[in-house]
Amino acid sequence: MQIRVNGRQHAVQAAPDTPLLYVLRNELQLNGPKFGCGLSQCGACTVHLNGKPIRSCVTPVSQAAGGEITTLEGLGGDGKLHPLQQAFLDEQAGQCGYCLSGMIMTAAALLTENPRPSDDEIRQALAGNLCRCGSHLRILRAVKRAAEAMA
Amino acid sequence: MAERVTPVMERALSRRRLLKSAGALVISFSLAACSRGEKQTAPPAGSPAAKAPASPTPASAVVATPTPWIPTNAVRSAIDDKSLDGWLAIAPDGTVTVYCGKVELGTGVRTALAQIVAEELSVPFERVEMVMGDTAATPDQGYTAGSKTLQVAGPVLQRAAAQAYALLLDLAAERLGAPKDQLVAEDGVIRVAGNDAAKVSYGELIGGKQFQQALREDVTVKPADQHRVVGQSIPRVDLPGKITGKPSYVQDLRLPGMLHGRVIRPAAIGARLLEVDESSVKDIPTLVKVVRNGNFLGVVAEREEDAIKAAKQLKATWEQVENLPAMEALRDFILSQPIAQDKEVARQGDVEAALAGAAVRLEATYQVPYQMHGSIGPSCAVADVRDGEATVYSSTQGVYPLRGALAQLLGLPEEKVRVIHVEGAGCYGHNGFDDVAADAALLSQAVGKPVRVQWMRHDEHGWEPKGPAMVIQVSGGLDGQGNVVAWDYAVWTPTHSTRPGKQAGNLLAGQLVDPPAPPAKNSNTGGDRNANHNYAFPNNRIIAHWLASSPLRQSALRSLGAFANVNAVEGFMDELAAAAKIDPVAFRLKYLTDPRAIDVLKAAAEKAGWESRPSPNPANGSGDVVRGRGVAYAQYEGEYAYVAAVAEVEVNRQSGEIRVPRVVVAHDCGIIVNPDGLKNQIEGNVIQGVSRMLKERVTFDRARVTSLDWSSYPILTFPEVPEVEIVLIDRPDQSPLGAGEPAISPVGASIANAFFDATGVRLREIPFTPDRVKAALA
Ligand code: FES
Ligand code: FES
Repeated sequence: MQIRVNGRQHAVQAAPDTPLLYVLRNELQLNGPKFGCGLSQCGACTVHLNGKPIRSCVTPVSQAAGGEITTLEGLGGDGKLHPLQQAFLDEQAGQCGYCLSGMIMTAAALLTENPRPSDDEIRQALAGNLCRCGSHLRILRAVKRAAEAMA
Repeated sequence: MAERVTPVMERALSRRRLLKSAGALVISFSLAACSRGEKQTAPPAGSPAAKAPASPTPASAVVATPTPWIPTNAVRSAIDDKSLDGWLAIAPDGTVTVYCGKVELGTGVRTALAQIVAEELSVPFERVEMVMGDTAATPDQGYTAGSKTLQVAGPVLQRAAAQAYALLLDLAAERLGAPKDQLVAEDGVIRVAGNDAAKVSYGELIGGKQFQQALREDVTVKPADQHRVVGQSIPRVDLPGKITGKPSYVQDLRLPGMLHGRVIRPAAIGARLLEVDESSVKDIPTLVKVVRNGNFLGVVAEREEDAIKAAKQLKATWEQVENLPAMEALRDFILSQPIAQDKEVARQGDVEAALAGAAVRLEATYQVPYQMHGSIGPSCAVADVRDGEATVYSSTQGVYPLRGALAQLLGLPEEKVRVIHVEGAGCYGHNGFDDVAADAALLSQAVGKPVRVQWMRHDEHGWEPKGPAMVIQVSGGLDGQGNVVAWDYAVWTPTHSTRPGKQAGNLLAGQLVDPPAPPAKNSNTGGDRNANHNYAFPNNRIIAHWLASSPLRQSALRSLGAFANVNAVEGFMDELAAAAKIDPVAFRLKYLTDPRAIDVLKAAAEKAGWESRPSPNPANGSGDVVRGRGVAYAQYEGEYAYVAAVAEVEVNRQSGEIRVPRVVVAHDCGIIVNPDGLKNQIEGNVIQGVSRMLKERVTFDRARVTSLDWSSYPILTFPEVPEVEIVLIDRPDQSPLGAGEPAISPVGASIANAFFDATGVRLREIPFTPDRVKAALA
């Protein structure tokens, strides 16, 4: 099977029903998407499929084949930081950081759809992404900052 | 890539295995750019490091850990916490490598400790590299726990750096032929004042060589008013890698030839494994082995998804047992359990007589449920156990105590086991990381290859050691003027620590294998944390009833017993204040004598715009939603950081929902090393505290835990997160005190008190879920 990730085509060995997450992490050695629950409950595994956020832990790789997959590694393009990544650094948004890839990918999709979200809209968009360290307020500030930078 | 295979890597793994791997990059982890930027991680050819011999711990041996942010060109002496060289080394290029037995748990101590060293040594912050938690490289500093890292490791590293600095000045004075009082050190270079040409760098003075000095206690450290690095909000060194997808966690570690394992836990707590039908998984393509040892059951496969599938599909028959008490009757169960030890934590005056003579007497029972750490990344470890040796990569809080326990479990001598800390997802105490290291080690031992195990979500929720349920009974008496004349407090708690402590019996796998490891001996600790208060009452008695056991396996969860105790102490203070019809802040101030305690309480009240009046709130609003505010104060463990919190709540009387729109925290943890890092920790404490107060309770039936995912154990989400305002009180003349956990307990208690202020009803059992709120207000 072929999948397209971060602008490049890859042949993968996995069975078609394998969750995309394991293919990205193990066959492609990407570290951005994380295993958090495998149940579509936490958002740690979020990647983009054709620009839309999906939970790679419950998405069969076959369903993603033929689409354009983007992970945290490919978000900025050309090794550059995406404005969201820069904003997360500027706000020091994170403690352990395990949730951050999912946060950034979810927020990136939000900003594409709604470039000037209100505080409430950001909170709602991230409502399905869990953070146990309590980095929420910094993450909110980072998303706002990125929205301003991108405007 | 081959040039990156340095002698360092040979020591990080075993030499023989490295050769077998034909010079390929052995640990893909090391490929990552250092998070500080583009720092070269391999020693330059011809440097002393590159030529270091590979014999065991020679002088100037080269040691590296395969973490992306750790350089591989460190020069180190033997592990020796009595010698200066055991703590730090300076390379020819001026890089300072610090060997620290404490580890990074996601709280930013890697950054803060490096700040302390950079400050004392007068080197740029970027030049300090921290090696943390490796039984082949760092001193044994026990566990990284209890908010003690900055508090304990900070001063040691500060002294080591200060001692090294003084020695460097001596060397420079000799080299430059100038008296020491004419020397100035800056950015790792020492010059003669007024003569720019006369200078020498640290690397030139000592690079690659040892100080060969015993570590001294009596060193002079920099006065706080000369600090340039300490006190600055230096950005976290680990964050750039984490937000770009560089390998940063043990979950991201990949060894060549590594297999994937999963475990299958008993269907009921304490159940024996009766039968395993291996034919049930024979269709799984890359399955390597089903591993059974007593009641320990696991599978190993080449592909992770196959290991997961096999664990799910494997037919295992477990004994049906019901070893747990009824969840709804937990309070009675706890109060009727055998007591292992009664401990009088404090006693002043004659409590019985004072209670008997009091004008007003109050009594209350408080309770907390089992709660979980709930890491977002399930526990993970990679183990390589072969040929009588083991290397285990773990996000453990204590590499040495885990090493001892693993050695016992694997039947290997301790010195044949190396445990290397690699950061994991945030843990907030002792969660499953030690257990998963044991799982990975057993599975690796069974297949003779490196095995990575990551628990599934249901493993983590079901089997991580829980923060234990506790019950507290407290009575108090007031005289006719509303003064507290008696305080009588008793807490029922099991020990809060079942950390490995070099005992395999403290590892889940150790309890499951056949024969099981000898039952672990754990001392009674943590449950009486903050059972005492620092209010000056004339008659005061605090008792801890240590329970002999706990139905669910338990261990340290952020702040341990302090969360329950502060909730009870501060809740009951509020009850007494309300009975005396005195403003809760004023009431507390009457009994506080320590100026730092008084300062934090006043600072929080002022920032919150506290309106002085007794609770409950006479103007709590009309209609369904009522409002209130509450305060709480505690000094962590009675001797560390001082924290006061004010929470505002809105209670919907119809739906039973509590909203916490705003929390204010005033915080004094001595000298502040990194203000932004400190705020980050406090915000985390607030959010986790609100979550534990309002939402969290581990559920179980008579056989097993039933909170197995995020819908059956919900935590606070973005829409529910309060605004947080923080007042930091800096005490440059005081030692740093830990900040990882002191704030969570006062925050929790302030919410309970705010609920009372809003409703006039006291909730004493955590969590305050809508059904409980509705029942209480009905
Ligand atoms: S890992 Fe996919 S949603 Fe949690
Ligand atoms: S930063 Fe640790 S889970 Fe979000």
